[in-house]
Amino acid sequence: MNALHQIDTSKRRLLKDRIFYWLVIAMAGLTISPIVLIISKLIAKGYKQISFEFIIRNTPDTYEAMTAISNNELIPGGIANGITGTLLMVVLAAIIAIPVGIITGIYLYENQGKRLANLTRNISDIIQGVPSIVLGLIAYLWIVKNVTNGYSALAGSVSLSIMMLPMIIRSTEETLKMIPQTLKEAGLALGVPYYKVILKILVPTGFSGLLTGILLAISRVMGETAPLMLTALGSSVINLNISEPTSAIPLLIWEFYNDPNMVDLIWSSSLLLMGIVLLLNIVSKQIAAKRK
Amino acid sequence: MSEKNIIKIKDPILSIQNLSVAYDKNNYAVKDVSVEVKKNTVTAIMGPSGCGKSTLLRALNRMHELYENIETKGTVLLNGQDIYKLPTIRVRRMTGMVFQRPNPFPTMSIYDNVIAGYKLNGIRLKKSEKDEIVERSLRDVVLWEEVKDSLFKKGTFLSGGQQQRLCIARALAFGPEVILLDEPTSALDPVATSKVEDLLTKLKENYTIILVTHNMAQAARISDYSLFMYLGELVEYDKTKNMFTNPQDKRTEEYLTGKFG
Ligand SMILES: Nc1ncnc2c1ncn2[C@@H]1O[C@H](COP(=O)(O)OP(=O)(O)OP(=O)(O)O)[C@@H](O)[C@H]1O
Ligand SMILES: [Mg+2]
Repeated sequence: MNALHQIDTSKRRLLKDRIFYWLVIAMAGLTISPIVLIISKLIAKGYKQISFEFIIRNTPDTYEAMTAISNNELIPGGIANGITGTLLMVVLAAIIAIPVGIITGIYLYENQGKRLANLTRNISDIIQGVPSIVLGLIAYLWIVKNVTNGYSALAGSVSLSIMMLPMIIRSTEETLKMIPQTLKEAGLALGVPYYKVILKILVPTGFSGLLTGILLAISRVMGETAPLMLTALGSSVINLNISEPTSAIPLLIWEFYNDPNMVDLIWSSSLLLMGIVLLLNIVSKQIAAKRK
Repeated sequence: MSEKNIIKIKDPILSIQNLSVAYDKNNYAVKDVSVEVKKNTVTAIMGPSGCGKSTLLRALNRMHELYENIETKGTVLLNGQDIYKLPTIRVRRMTGMVFQRPNPFPTMSIYDNVIAGYKLNGIRLKKSEKDEIVERSLRDVVLWEEVKDSLFKKGTFLSGGQQQRLCIARALAFGPEVILLDEPTSALDPVATSKVEDLLTKLKENYTIILVTHNMAQAARISDYSLFMYLGELVEYDKTKNMFTNPQDKRTEEYLTGKFG
């Protein structure tokens, strides 16, 4: 009787283990499946359009696209204007956000527990939660209205740089916190001035951590559309003048969506954007893994 | 107070006068310590955990000022100059410090670690001068033969004992008056420890060494003078031989015979 009872419970436990095991697998599958579905869909629908042409030529007009479709041909042209625009604005945003973010991160690290530092950290966290379109609105008021007197790449970059800031600030502070205090002491004991200890010892030691944060921030803003609608607006040709309206890959995707003749270009543009973002993510993960 | 056994030193290189250090107001970690240190000797600072050894040592190159609200009273004369009246940067360049755990700069090669004091301070040297300083410092710490073929590898690839000797070389490269070491062998194995000990006895020919140690046998082996601290107070200061054979204070005797520690 007693023995039977024991067998029973162990069987039941075995069953429970099994159920739990398959539940975990199912949940993991559920998490991964959207990504797999998205990527396979993008590849299936977009691969045909991807070519060298696609990267070096500007977007076609709707008439060209319509003719091509009625002749059962690939839509001509590409998204060179979007690629260059995205590059221009992201690089400019990084140039603004990296120094400001790193210096702020250093400031927070150096002033743990101080009131102004805590306030700064909280504000940075709040910015992280602000909807990106609101950041676009802010850049519109600051830059479009007052600086460039019209839609411009600069305005787009400013909105993206505000988005990047909190991520860079956070990763800088966290990275510096992980560096052993004793390295700082070693530097100071050699008579090295404080700011040089930070710039020449701590920052290089945490370099890969900072780089990871920057790359993640870049890949995060690369796909932003909403703030660019209010700031960079878009352009059908390549523009490298930061005070002029400029296109970007996500802006083009939105435009293609609104033009029945261009819908086919959505997939190839998204595939390219997704590919770049994924690559940045993988590179930054790789760097982060190397550190450990 | 006056019956304390604290010997006087003729022509000291370092003279600590009535030094008190508090981390918080009125909570003194070092209390009214007066000690003179003889040039070209090894002086050991001993005492139970928390008695203020590290605090005293760090007050000698003002590294204790990293902590906020620190309060320091008294005078420290290094070569006759009051270090509390000099810029901290100068004080720290006049002294070399070695820490409990080896801490070579992980982004720098062995070579760059040795001349880090020059590089980080923006002092430009000719290639030949740099080579000479690196070789001399590494020979001083008996590391040259082991690393001369891998000078441009990262210092962090070395063993713990080698890293610690590299850190001593880094402290020597700048030609300090005094070298301050805070339990430099406590993270090392016995072989590496004895190498560092041999090295310190050799280095005193050219430098003055002050060593914090938990290890009484180590103090007995390599130090010429010993000071014993208890609860922030200097209890006794004498030639190491006298201190170990004939301690004057009861607390010193109890510590040395292992009654507490
Ligand atoms: N940063 C600090 N803030 C406040 N109090 C401190 C700080 N560092 C040390 N103390 C206190 O000062 C006293 C002396 O500390 P110190 O580190 O000098 O002792 P020690 O003799 O080096 O000890 P150990 O042998 O454990 O290294 C201790 O009571 C300690 O708690
Ligand atoms: Mg200590």
